[in-house]
Amino acid sequence: MANLQTNFLGIKSPNPFWLASAPPTDREVNVTRAFKAGWGGVVWKTLGEDPHVVNVNGPRYGAIHSNDRRLIGLNNIELITDRPLEVNLREIKAVKKAWPDRAIVVSLMVPCEEEAWKKILPLVEDTGADGIELNFGCPHGMSERGMGAAVGQVPEYVEMVARWCKQNTRMPVIVKLTPNITDVRQPARAAKNGGADAVSLINTINSVMGVDLDIMAPSPHIDGKGTHGGYCGPAVKPIAMSMVSEIARDPETQGLPISAIGGITTWRDAAEFMALGAGTVQVCTAAMTYGFKIVEEMKLGLSDWMDEKGYTSVDQFVGMAVPNVTDWQYLNLNYVVKAKIDQESCIKCGRCHIVCEDTSHQAIWAEKDGQRHFEVNDTECVGCNLCVSVCPVENCITMEQQTDGVDARTGQPINPEYGNWTTHPNNPMRVAAE
Amino acid sequence: MPSDIRGDRLSPAEVESNFADLHPLLSKHEAVVEADRCYFCHDAPCVTACPTGIDIPLFIRQILTDNPSGSAKTILSENILGGMCARVCPTETLCEQACVREIEHKPVRIGELQRYATDHLMEKGAQPFERAALTGKTIAVVGAGPAGLSCAHRLAMLGHEVTIFEAKEKGGGLNEYGIAAYKAVDEFAQKELDFVLSIGGVELKNGMALGRDVTLDSLVADFDAVFLGLGLGATNGLGVDGEALDGVADAVDFIEDLRQAPAMEKVAVGSNVVVIGGGMTAIDAAVQSKLLGADEVTLVYRRGADRMNASPYEQSLAKEKGVVLRHWARPEKIEAGPDGKVGSISFARTKDEGGKLADTGAQFTLEADMVLKAIGQTFVPVPLQGSAVEVALEAGRIKAGDDRRTSHPKIWAGGDAVAGGEDLTVAAVEDGKQAALSIHNALTGA
Repeated sequence: MANLQTNFLGIKSPNPFWLASAPPTDREVNVTRAFKAGWGGVVWKTLGEDPHVVNVNGPRYGAIHSNDRRLIGLNNIELITDRPLEVNLREIKAVKKAWPDRAIVVSLMVPCEEEAWKKILPLVEDTGADGIELNFGCPHGMSERGMGAAVGQVPEYVEMVARWCKQNTRMPVIVKLTPNITDVRQPARAAKNGGADAVSLINTINSVMGVDLDIMAPSPHIDGKGTHGGYCGPAVKPIAMSMVSEIARDPETQGLPISAIGGITTWRDAAEFMALGAGTVQVCTAAMTYGFKIVEEMKLGLSDWMDEKGYTSVDQFVGMAVPNVTDWQYLNLNYVVKAKIDQESCIKCGRCHIVCEDTSHQAIWAEKDGQRHFEVNDTECVGCNLCVSVCPVENCITMEQQTDGVDARTGQPINPEYGNWTTHPNNPMRVAAE
Repeated sequence: MPSDIRGDRLSPAEVESNFADLHPLLSKHEAVVEADRCYFCHDAPCVTACPTGIDIPLFIRQILTDNPSGSAKTILSENILGGMCARVCPTETLCEQACVREIEHKPVRIGELQRYATDHLMEKGAQPFERAALTGKTIAVVGAGPAGLSCAHRLAMLGHEVTIFEAKEKGGGLNEYGIAAYKAVDEFAQKELDFVLSIGGVELKNGMALGRDVTLDSLVADFDAVFLGLGLGATNGLGVDGEALDGVADAVDFIEDLRQAPAMEKVAVGSNVVVIGGGMTAIDAAVQSKLLGADEVTLVYRRGADRMNASPYEQSLAKEKGVVLRHWARPEKIEAGPDGKVGSISFARTKDEGGKLADTGAQFTLEADMVLKAIGQTFVPVPLQGSAVEVALEAGRIKAGDDRRTSHPKIWAGGDAVAGGEDLTVAAVEDGKQAALSIHNALTGA
């Protein structure tokens, strides 16, 4: 078993798997169950000012399922904790005392006034919690009241509140970012400028899960009306990975610790986010779908993979994929691939042909010698990968790199040198090649 | 009709094809699609239904997340013979019967997924477990069957030194000698034996029978603890006239001969085979007779299909292979044919009368040149006799508690030789594991 211990901003946890600030971390009973099940840490569900908020008494969650009812995406309209501040603080203190080896970070959301933050920070410090996470991401309800995503969407506010917190507490400060924004680097830079120790992302995405066509209202609905909720679960992982990687490679925020959130369900999801620069990962939907036991697979799988690769600690691979995330303009335009269909494994469904024929480059033949037969026409294939994407048989179609000779499509010899758009003759803004 | 028991009824190629793997290994795609069907239930009923308590939802999820080696470790940590159990377990009456998807009559194919994972790991050949710090304690294990191997492996893991005494030429017990060939192709039982022993710290001594080559007294004197995984030594007789005729045989011997035959097509089988019994052994003997080329194979059981120990799946397999299943009849008399060998067998029709078996008064006779008896096996306590050390019996088998400890403080026992068991490979593995844990506690005070 590999060593899964993490040290994130000086906050130690036995493994990188934390539960995100969300319903599973609202109470002592839940968090205690989580720690018994083996989670490395939690971000306690967001605390706010008294009087505490109230939640709807109808459905809080909506889901997108696969046809076999596997949960693909979840959305929610639950607000921050709806329990008195004092109750949460007491429970946080008790859990931290009982579980000193686990990370407990407390999520906070109070109005954008320095006094409000000055008031709550010492109360949290007193619990012995390891750090705070500023909830600048909640996209529903709280944002209407000028908090949550309403703050996270204005970099100046992000910076201002982060600075207040750094000035008024010794605890590490993590800023949780909303994805409901055009360029996630802006609030990340603001968080860093405000002195934040780390960012966590993504919070949930604005979403409407469906429309009930009988009553003509969003579903699920509350007495015939619906509102957008926050979307999460496996479906949002690619969006979250893009945002994490943008922050990880941005020269202005490079090296800023990241706790990644967004659809993490398996060890592999976690390893991928960590390769993109995340020091810890936060999970919610997977736990809300399967229960806390799900962490066992994540820990065992990550450990087995690390053993296989020879990694003895998570630091050894965190961020390793970041240098390979780049801008489009730096992609090698001299890299040529062609699709190749393995006739042994082809089941002749014809989907590669029809999508190529109808929607792409007419590069897959559907017939040979009067027989149903699918084969790539190299003189038309642009190597786009659509056929691979739609083929129902894994590894039946592969993209094969052409390393010499002439590209049958362009008639150009294969150029072994790296060449990108910045120096391409068709680029009016090109720079002279050296 | 004269007796026609002989080999070479079918060509080697036909026999090879007939005895091919019953359930070929799932491809990766098949395995992942099947794994995706598991709901990852809370307090999963399949785990409760598994005698060894394998964390089934976890191992299936590990297949789903492309970690088949990790999946195998999850399986083998509870059941070191998980590879064989994936092949021979009556899953349809254990884990798969408990699967919540049984409600749609399509439980997750847990057995085949288990095989996918364990085969993957064993293909790589690496022993996934390490031994704890050596304790200096020595344990004698009698019998290299599923119970003995499971016990030995767990003891070795816990740091003890183990010597296995096995009467037969090969280890594996019934896995090697007692199950149908198509359930364990490619010498799987021996491969698994090698895999189990690769943990180290276990010496297997073949050709060493308790009571003949070694005594219980000496084992108790020479070792810190003893585990008895003796299995069942004798088969039950029919108790009818003609049982001694040429052509009447024990199904277990027939199965063993077939498993050990260098060329299966050479194994002699009759033209008209009648198998008496309703358990797995009866099915294995009947199906294999048919696969060797017997013209007619009839399995006769004294009660109804629902009372057969063979699972519904096994029964349907027999029918699919061309075996005729007849119920509610008990053998009355075996008669010789013109050549003095078995020629026919007569049955009395039976019925259930207030829970008791009764004759209806009707009779029928089947032509037969081969009669295979599979009406159960009996524990033979002879190996235990002649020693000063005594082990108490119960209902004809060794008496053992929940911790598998016998009446003697230094002796544990498990597998079919123990009273109250289920006579399943997987139950024997659990016995061995529990005994090892109990022995470890007793020897180290852990």
